[in-house]
Amino acid sequence: MNAPRPLSPHLGVYKFMYTMSLSILHRITGLAATIGFLALVWWLMALATGPDAYARAMQLVGTPLAKLLLVGFTFSFVYHFCNGIRHLVWDTGRGLERAQARRSGAFVIVTAVLLTALVVWLGCRALAVVP
Amino acid sequence: MSLRTPLGRVLGKGAAGDGVGHWWLQRVTAVALIPLTAWFAISLLGKQLQSYDAMRGWLGQPWVAVFAALLVVTIAWHSKLGVQVVVEDYVHGKGSKTALLLLSLFVHIAAAAAALFAILRMALV
Repeated sequence: MNAPRPLSPHLGVYKFMYTMSLSILHRITGLAATIGFLALVWWLMALATGPDAYARAMQLVGTPLAKLLLVGFTFSFVYHFCNGIRHLVWDTGRGLERAQARRSGAFVIVTAVLLTALVVWLGCRALAVVP
Repeated sequence: MSLRTPLGRVLGKGAAGDGVGHWWLQRVTAVALIPLTAWFAISLLGKQLQSYDAMRGWLGQPWVAVFAALLVVTIAWHSKLGVQVVVEDYVHGKGSKTALLLLSLFVHIAAAAAALFAILRMALV
């Protein structure tokens, strides 16, 4: 079965369009959102354990690395959310023309960046108040 | 003339042998997650996250606990289906593929169990 066989054209034969990176980004942000979900579960467990465990968890959340990760998870989730809606619209058979798909792709990127900025700003405010 | 057996046609499972169940459930959980995640994110952003009492008081409310439970179960389900597609597409060794799929399944079930336990504890204790 290892004889060289003719291969059907794969990704490399197509001219690059940004919609291609949006497509793979949907998977990457999906995987990142899975890690984010595990972080959410860890946070819920800390909250359920008690005040000391929650204080320790929030101390960890306050470190620069954790903040950077949180911004990354936020963008991942927001992008996956917006692009997921784009996929659901495609599933109804709408918006599949090339020009439409490019336009909705650009719209998703702009929306995701703006929403990320908004959530990060609101998140900073929600984290800033120390009781 | 179709070469498919009548039984195969009725079962509707196609060449891969498990039909459209995976594809459909991924869409069903995706649709459910639109309101659930939006509600959770918006609510969370309006809370004093550093305050244990405020967070505990919020998640301890009956309806909040119910929807938080629905949220974590639906996320775990949707995430399990998504990771499965990625593993099936990019991991080609039979052993490593099976091992990764099992690992992903166990991690997702454990995560859902832990999250449900945490939410129930906050709502009931």
